Amino acid sequence: MKFIDEYRDAEAIKKILPQIHAVITQQWNIMEICGGQTHAFLRHGIDELLPDQITLLHGPGCPVCVTPLQQIDKAIELAAMENVILCSFGDMVRVPGSREDLLSVKARGGDVHIVYSPIDALKVAENNPAKEVVFFAIGFETTAPANAMVILQAAAKKQRNFTALCSQVVVPAAMEVILSSPTNKVDGFLAAGHVCSVMGYHEYIPLAQKYKTPIVVTGFEPVDLLHGVLACVRQLQGKRYEVENQYRRSVTRAGNVSAQEMINKVFRLVDWPWRGIGVIPRSGLVLRDDYAEFDAEKRFQLHNISAQESKECIAGLILQGVKKPPDCPQFGAVCTPDHPLGATMVSSEGACAAYYNYKR
Amino acid sequence: MCLAIPGKILSIQEADSLMDRSGRVSFGGIVKEVQLGYVPEAQVGDYVNVHVGFAICIIDEKEAMETLRIYEKMNGIVML
Ligand code: SF4
Repeated sequence: MKFIDEYRDAEAIKKILPQIHAVITQQWNIMEICGGQTHAFLRHGIDELLPDQITLLHGPGCPVCVTPLQQIDKAIELAAMENVILCSFGDMVRVPGSREDLLSVKARGGDVHIVYSPIDALKVAENNPAKEVVFFAIGFETTAPANAMVILQAAAKKQRNFTALCSQVVVPAAMEVILSSPTNKVDGFLAAGHVCSVMGYHEYIPLAQKYKTPIVVTGFEPVDLLHGVLACVRQLQGKRYEVENQYRRSVTRAGNVSAQEMINKVFRLVDWPWRGIGVIPRSGLVLRDDYAEFDAEKRFQLHNISAQESKECIAGLILQGVKKPPDCPQFGAVCTPDHPLGATMVSSEGACAAYYNYKR
Repeated sequence: MCLAIPGKILSIQEADSLMDRSGRVSFGGIVKEVQLGYVPEAQVGDYVNVHVGFAICIIDEKEAMETLRIYEKMNGIVML
């Protein structure tokens, strides 16, 4: 067992699919929260196997896509500073800020390092003691424990030239915004498996009850996705609104408690602006005062430029499931991965990028 | 971003602090150093899901088998 191939098995797919066709009698909109799942649906062509009555809506679970423009502009400002090395996950460097992206700063001589892990960013700090190293700490609950751990490691090592520029968010707060909106179209959710590996799924139970919306914790492989859709449709057809766990091999109700404790130790929840969506109460994770010395926003005098969003980009509506990428007049014409107007076109988890890559 | 890849733990470097617990993990033959502080009970031979260099959970083999068994049973019969 390798926990991959078994879940890409065509035989299993052939068995699950007829079940969905057999139970469905009406139109349902199902939103997968996670951009990784959006890409998996489209890459494997799973969306095309589903009955026509199912419309997949693509959720806000793409950290690169929802990172506010102000934070990107701050990262760009930092990267342009003489003595700063800015470390970022690769997806972030091509996301347009108000005026430019991190890659153009790098081309002009700014020191931008692409890292795979927060640990690599801390190593950059150790190897460059004369420089200020800033890690652009973006992510959802899946990534927050890793970001928390390097802050604690930096504190233990007294790595004073290391700071983090945070843009971390939590999923349930965004789901509530979508569900409570008058324009909400979502009938059922597939919750993001790896967010739940960390957080468990107890937080979703009150949401499912309050908004009468089934929430199925779902994995990332084709068989998982189909199984998640089946569970969701069964609930909808049977008028049940519960939290169900499809991804049992990696998710328990309580989640990874020690990871949760570490998130709470290092970060606190604040009201936070999501790009294209707006401020969501208690949805952002920023450093606690105990770790203020590792906070890039406190270490450096950064300008709070009132950032300008592109007027043509409707990514915010796409991230809330109100529109889909082909509904955007710019899609594929003015806006392409080479000339993106919005983050959803560059991120490897962005819905516009998924449609551009797999559905043209 | 929330991509996590299953890998098998080949060896573990125990440490005084969980902050420094790490191990070598094989992803279908490609071996990488992985932080194991969030899966203190993980042992050599276990599969873990790895995200940005950190194991975030142990994969439960029993649950995995049971889920696969559900699909086998679906053979032609529509189950409500
Ligand atoms: S296609 Fe481009 S402009 Fe349109 S919503 Fe997507 S990112 Fe924005």
